[in-house]
Amino acid sequence: MEARFPGYRLLPYILILPSIAVIIVFLVVPFAMAVQQSFYRTSPFGTTTLFVGFDNYSQLFSAPEYVQSLLTTLVFAALVIGGGLALSLAIAILVTRKIRGVGFYQVAFIWTYALSPAVAGIIWALLFDPSVGLGTYLIQQLTGYRINMRVSGTPALLIAAAAAVWNMLGYNICFYIAGLQNVPKEFEEAARVDGASPWRTFWRITFPMLSPTTAFLLFTNTIYAFFQVFGLIDILTQGGPGGATEILVYKLYRDGFIRLRVNYAAAQSVLLFLMVAAMALFQLRVTTRRAEYSR
Amino acid sequence: MSKKTLYKIGVHGTLILILAAVAFPLYFTFVMGTLNHQEAYAFPPKLIPGNQLFANVAEAWQRVNLGRLMVNSAVVALAVTVGKIILSILAAFAFTHFHFRGRILLFPLCMVTQMLPLPVRIIPAYSLMASFGWLNTYYALIIPYLASTTGLLLFRQFFLTVPDELPDAARVDGAGPLRYLWHVLIPLSRTNIAALFVIEFVYMWNEYLWPLIVTTDPKMRVAQIGLKMLITTERTTAEWNIIMAGTLVIMLPPLVILILLRRQFAQGIAMQSTK
Repeated sequence: MEARFPGYRLLPYILILPSIAVIIVFLVVPFAMAVQQSFYRTSPFGTTTLFVGFDNYSQLFSAPEYVQSLLTTLVFAALVIGGGLALSLAIAILVTRKIRGVGFYQVAFIWTYALSPAVAGIIWALLFDPSVGLGTYLIQQLTGYRINMRVSGTPALLIAAAAAVWNMLGYNICFYIAGLQNVPKEFEEAARVDGASPWRTFWRITFPMLSPTTAFLLFTNTIYAFFQVFGLIDILTQGGPGGATEILVYKLYRDGFIRLRVNYAAAQSVLLFLMVAAMALFQLRVTTRRAEYSR
Repeated sequence: MSKKTLYKIGVHGTLILILAAVAFPLYFTFVMGTLNHQEAYAFPPKLIPGNQLFANVAEAWQRVNLGRLMVNSAVVALAVTVGKIILSILAAFAFTHFHFRGRILLFPLCMVTQMLPLPVRIIPAYSLMASFGWLNTYYALIIPYLASTTGLLLFRQFFLTVPDELPDAARVDGAGPLRYLWHVLIPLSRTNIAALFVIEFVYMWNEYLWPLIVTTDPKMRVAQIGLKMLITTERTTAEWNIIMAGTLVIMLPPLVILILLRRQFAQGIAMQSTK
């Protein structure tokens, strides 16, 4: 590409300076400091700092609470991402059928996007309040079992996951609608003419064509289920009961800001970064592969 | 009835059922916000609204000083949204209209924002705020948020689609790059600006973890933390009618903005998903 305004040497740097400054000062430097802190240990009163190598990391993996928290996070993320994407895709497919009122349904489904995780947490805390919740009442009527998410762990985790899926529906449906509208109709038509069933057409044509959207949503939903969901957990369960909903970001917050184990928490930050980086690489691979065969 | 009509009725029916299920938690929230104390403790729960909404909102408002929290959230969300729009327009303009040394390296650096979400740098970031003396100030709530990958990508992609004839014509007319940006490119970007406005306003209004740790002064808290304050008052049992009335107030601003700018938002989403 040719420069549209040749001959300006300083101006472009001035234009990007504010963004670059914010990124370096508030993102890159703190992350580098976290990496550094993860290899040190500071005495409780901050008087001495000692290089300990990978000691903070090995301590993490030998702590049953950390391993438990990692497993909880993976189960929670799988429920939120798997359940959320499947449900959103199904709804987006129904909405983009050749029916009237597509515009109405699109608007009618996006609003959960505007609710914060904390708001979703409070709404689901009400729904499953052990004494006045409507969800509690309905489940008791249907199964005879009165759930109490303040005492039993599995229901608490499932309710938190359901709240998170509900919270992300608007966002995911929006992206899937946009993705479905980008799938060229000729391919689906051709498959139908060849006598393929709608089910087969979907899995062989529509779903592969959607893979960039799915990869993008996998990444953003992972960020949501790992990090953004903090407010939801803090309002709904505070990681309880008995650590059943203590996902990694919540544990990091408790270790870093309540128990003040700074170096131990820094090691947790670095591990979280490695997980995000792996997801980002995966997304990049899927997106570029698609770009190659669509060329 | 033809098979096609039946199919359409089936699709509508399914969609309306799903819609009712998705909207129900919000409806229940609203009903709870309108009940008096006695009605709020009914089991099975009441599903018909009462007439206490304004009394409950007033009570929640006074209990956690909601007015102040809402003002703080509005200041922070608007400042971050406007700041992000300006910074990402400037950066996208630089990357699409100029050749300069290091652009190959600087562009990926701008993309790194996505890879460094708050939790991977939270403790040093907090120490940094403390050493700047920014705890309990708007600075801590605004400035660290100002870089936007979403914005940079959105504007960059749009600027690349603008035909070369426009900047060429501007140059021939003797207009410099900043005049061209201000008088030609920005007016053309209205839809993108509106889309980014919704995305960033909703995002910032809903931020929770960072405001939770960098503010402790009740005067500097934001609305999201008000939710936590509402459920953890010293009272023994949760007063759900008051809590939900407060929740309705806190969730309203981003909801209204999303609904008003829904078309621009949908276009922004469509652009993001075709990048």
